[in-house]
Amino acid sequence: MTPELLPDLTLSLLLLIMAWGALYAPQRSDAMTLFIAFGVVVALIWARLDAPDLALAEAAIGAGLTGVLLMHAARALPDELHQDYRTASYWGALGFTVVASLMFLVHLLYDDSLFNAGLLDTESDLTPRLRTLADAAVPESGVEHPVTAVLLNFRAWDTLLELLVLLFALGGLRQLFPSGQSDDSATTASWPESMTLMSAWTRVLAPLLVVTGGYLLWRGSSAPGGAFQAGSLLAAAAVILRLTGLLPPLRWSSLWLRLSVVAGALFFLAVAAATAIWGDGWLTYPGAYSGLLIISIEIFATLSIAITLSLLVIGEQEDLRS
Amino acid sequence: MNAIELYLTLGIAVFLLSLHGLMTLYDPIRRLIAVNLMGAGTFLVMVSLARRSEVPDPVLHALVVTGLVVAISATAFALRLIIAGSKNDKTDSGGGNRKP
Repeated sequence: MTPELLPDLTLSLLLLIMAWGALYAPQRSDAMTLFIAFGVVVALIWARLDAPDLALAEAAIGAGLTGVLLMHAARALPDELHQDYRTASYWGALGFTVVASLMFLVHLLYDDSLFNAGLLDTESDLTPRLRTLADAAVPESGVEHPVTAVLLNFRAWDTLLELLVLLFALGGLRQLFPSGQSDDSATTASWPESMTLMSAWTRVLAPLLVVTGGYLLWRGSSAPGGAFQAGSLLAAAAVILRLTGLLPPLRWSSLWLRLSVVAGALFFLAVAAATAIWGDGWLTYPGAYSGLLIISIEIFATLSIAITLSLLVIGEQEDLRS
Repeated sequence: MNAIELYLTLGIAVFLLSLHGLMTLYDPIRRLIAVNLMGAGTFLVMVSLARRSEVPDPVLHALVVTGLVVAISATAFALRLIIAGSKNDKTDSGGGNRKP
């Protein structure tokens, strides 16, 4: 047991307490608050584990937007029903999952070929093959930051499909609102008008969020940051403006809104098709232009992610069906 | 025990704890939180594995960034389904009757 382990132990203990509270707190609102706190602790752990990209994304998405999403949606739900939900197979299922997880853990911790190789000797042949390939190819990818290079060059397929997942989620969300004007959802939409402090803060916070988002987007090619972090910060700005009533409803009928929702996926697909027809293959960027292509894809993707996430989090009848 | 082994164990512990929550809790919001926590446990294992070498593995980091965005899309959709389902329940049971 070394003193360097102390912050890690503290964070681990905190995380377990937050997880327990988020699941079993007596009140549902406490559980949701503790879930947000859980996200913040996870962001700190990412920072401890040298994953600044993830710390940024987790703080914005995992803690911030998911928390708002839960609290916003919980107002539309009836009060919690306390009901014991243990089925007859409870003990068997519990035993099975505990044994399976412990076996997985032992495998992770004590299988030398998987674990110790990377830890003891970074230069050995046993470092995972993928990351050796990724590290070697970063200088040719057009960006300097390895995570951005993986996201938008080596594994661009994943990122394209992820933009499509966002689109599908939004499409699914729209189906759950009846078309035409409805009567009851409009009454639940407004938040209390008396949040003077919050609306004053929002006026300061929103421009700062936009500037920080733009900075993260631009820095993403050479340092932690990128389209997802920037997009979620912009979405957070839109969400707080919308919740305090400073921003009018984002109307789905507006052509610009629909265009910006699909802009990222469309531009990405256009680049992919262009490289497939005139270039070396699907999503293989020409070397000289890859930096430019990646930054333009990121700009369009940021716009789409920001609008889609804010619609997913606070989209109401008036946003999505009018 | 070093920090990486600690975080690997923690990831599995969070996963198990929230799986237990998913199995026993009834309130749909809490079950959704449990699913999100299971995701967080999985990400924790992945990022700890990425940290095994001196320079963290960018492939796993990129996968987790993708996973975060997919998780929030799924959560938003699930919440809307829950709300739509609870509205249906209310109309089925004769309107406004919240306790079964």
